Amino acid sequence: MAGQPQREPKRPGTADPPMVRVALITIALVFLALFLFIPVIAVFAEALQKGIGAYFAAIADPEARAAIRLTLMTAAIAVPLNVTFGIAASWAIARFDFPGKQTLLTLIDIPFSVSPVISGMLFVLLLGVRAPLGGFLADHGIRVIFAEPGIVLATIFVTFPLAARELIPIMQAVGSEEEEAAIVLGAGGWQMFFRVTIPNVKWGLLYGLVLCNARAMGEFGAVSVVSGHIRGHTNTMPLYVEILYNDYQFAAAFAVSSLLTLLAIATLIAKHFLERRVVPAKPEQDNLAVKVAA
Amino acid sequence: MSIELRNISKKFGDFVAVDNINLHIETGELVALLGLSGSGKTTLLRIIAGLETPDTGEVLFHGEDASDVSVRERKVGFVFQHYALFRHMTVFENIAFGMRVIPRRARPAEAVIARRVHELLKLVQLDVFADRYPSQLSGGQRQRVALARTLAVEPKVLLLDEPFGALDAKVRQELRRWLRRLHDEIKITSVFVTHDQEEALELANRIVVMNQGRIEQIGSAEEVYHHPANAFVYNFLGNVNLFHGRIENGRVFLGDTAVELENTHTHAHPETGKAVLYVRPHLLEIVMKPNGKQTFPATVKSINPAGPQVKIELVAEWGDMVQVEIDHERYRALHLEPGANVFLRPKEPKLFVYSI
Repeated sequence: MAGQPQREPKRPGTADPPMVRVALITIALVFLALFLFIPVIAVFAEALQKGIGAYFAAIADPEARAAIRLTLMTAAIAVPLNVTFGIAASWAIARFDFPGKQTLLTLIDIPFSVSPVISGMLFVLLLGVRAPLGGFLADHGIRVIFAEPGIVLATIFVTFPLAARELIPIMQAVGSEEEEAAIVLGAGGWQMFFRVTIPNVKWGLLYGLVLCNARAMGEFGAVSVVSGHIRGHTNTMPLYVEILYNDYQFAAAFAVSSLLTLLAIATLIAKHFLERRVVPAKPEQDNLAVKVAA
Repeated sequence: MSIELRNISKKFGDFVAVDNINLHIETGELVALLGLSGSGKTTLLRIIAGLETPDTGEVLFHGEDASDVSVRERKVGFVFQHYALFRHMTVFENIAFGMRVIPRRARPAEAVIARRVHELLKLVQLDVFADRYPSQLSGGQRQRVALARTLAVEPKVLLLDEPFGALDAKVRQELRRWLRRLHDEIKITSVFVTHDQEEALELANRIVVMNQGRIEQIGSAEEVYHHPANAFVYNFLGNVNLFHGRIENGRVFLGDTAVELENTHTHAHPETGKAVLYVRPHLLEIVMKPNGKQTFPATVKSINPAGPQVKIELVAEWGDMVQVEIDHERYRALHLEPGANVFLRPKEPKLFVYSI
């Protein structure tokens, strides 16, 4: 045996050499640690720097509570609206051919391609007291900019592609045959919608909802422009964090940040589980299931 | 329930899918719409169901205009080619769906629904699969669930869109026989779409042969197969050899051979002109010696002895490929080899000449 040359272990032609593999994995892990794990841990470390009492005091502060309340309210309005819009838009795009369909698809993406600050500016230009529409509303006692309605509007704007983008490919993949079958079997429009359409896209819908919610609560740029930073009134959580930070109240800033971080982590976990279910059953998978069943 | 179609036309953009179709279907009939893809057969079926609206014409159910009757009120059962089972429901729930969406006042009690579902499951021989999901069933099983689901709402008309198209040959045959028996049992007016002529011939009381949105012929299997109305129908129903020849003074010529016209199945043909002659492979005979004017020379190219008949491919003297099917006994008697020079003779007066 000793005389025989050591054979290299066989490796498929498409596999990379071990060195490359180790190097790539190391780079990825180091990068993740540097830019994700350490900052996340730092957020909590900083937040708890002055003890658990200070942490809860920072969160219980009336201004902090107002910011949390405003953030929750904004999400509570923006998310259902966007999910409704997402369902309507994806249905229209997946089921019908109409003039302007491609344009609609492109328009849906605008909030993604425009800087959030510009989105905010757009609302100030449109609805500010000096603008015609904003002036008209102000004359009737409705304040939009530097008030809650502006924040809600800006949030809806920046989040509205999220649910639609998620639902369009799923609706297209599912197709309309099951819906037709439901109608032929005597189902009404709403029965079809709630018993067939929604169950078929439910995981995608939930996924879109989670993403939409995370963005609605975390949005900074657009909201910052329209909010006016009135403490206790028009500060959302991200804006409040900035104010605290600029006031050198680091522990309090990180305490509120930690709430947003927890939201992000919860979102990621939800996303992880939803993503595995969201892929619509493909015919190949069906066949596989048949083989397993047989 | 009888179905009547009057002057039905439907366009998709510039494409004429259905072109002025008139058709009457009697109560209890099993009718096949047979045609290639794009012939308008599926569109026609969807128009009957109410899933498409015709541009012109009307659909009558039992003599009454159904144009304003919505899909859900038409009482039709529609079976889709790809089953369209509700993937998030069990087999049981799929079949119960039609009963569950009935308005509360008229909806049967849960126990009645359950009994009915189990009856139907027995009918389609799937009672043990009630709790499975569609993805856990084979194609044939899924299609039977789809049928049971359709029958659960007691439709007056059963419409099937290529019901066996997505299944493999063996399962297709089985399901075909099963559907035939089912129809004999429940006698529901049924229309099915198929591109498989064998399926249409075996299953249907009447066959409607469609081509480019129009009906080419309506008739029993016997009629369309043995008395085709035109070249398309003859060509479509089964394998066929196509010869280009000419007609001179009422006689058909192929190459140098004149084929007697009494032996052809012709409609109108001019006394003189070009002609296309159609012959089915099993209606040609191979002989070793010329036999008057009815035979023409050919050379054997290849022989495929697998199957109930021996399939022989030959080249006619004038260059056309010719397929011939003979039985094994005759094949052994002939001692055929590739390259052998033989003569072909049309067997029966079932040639079909079409002047062009």
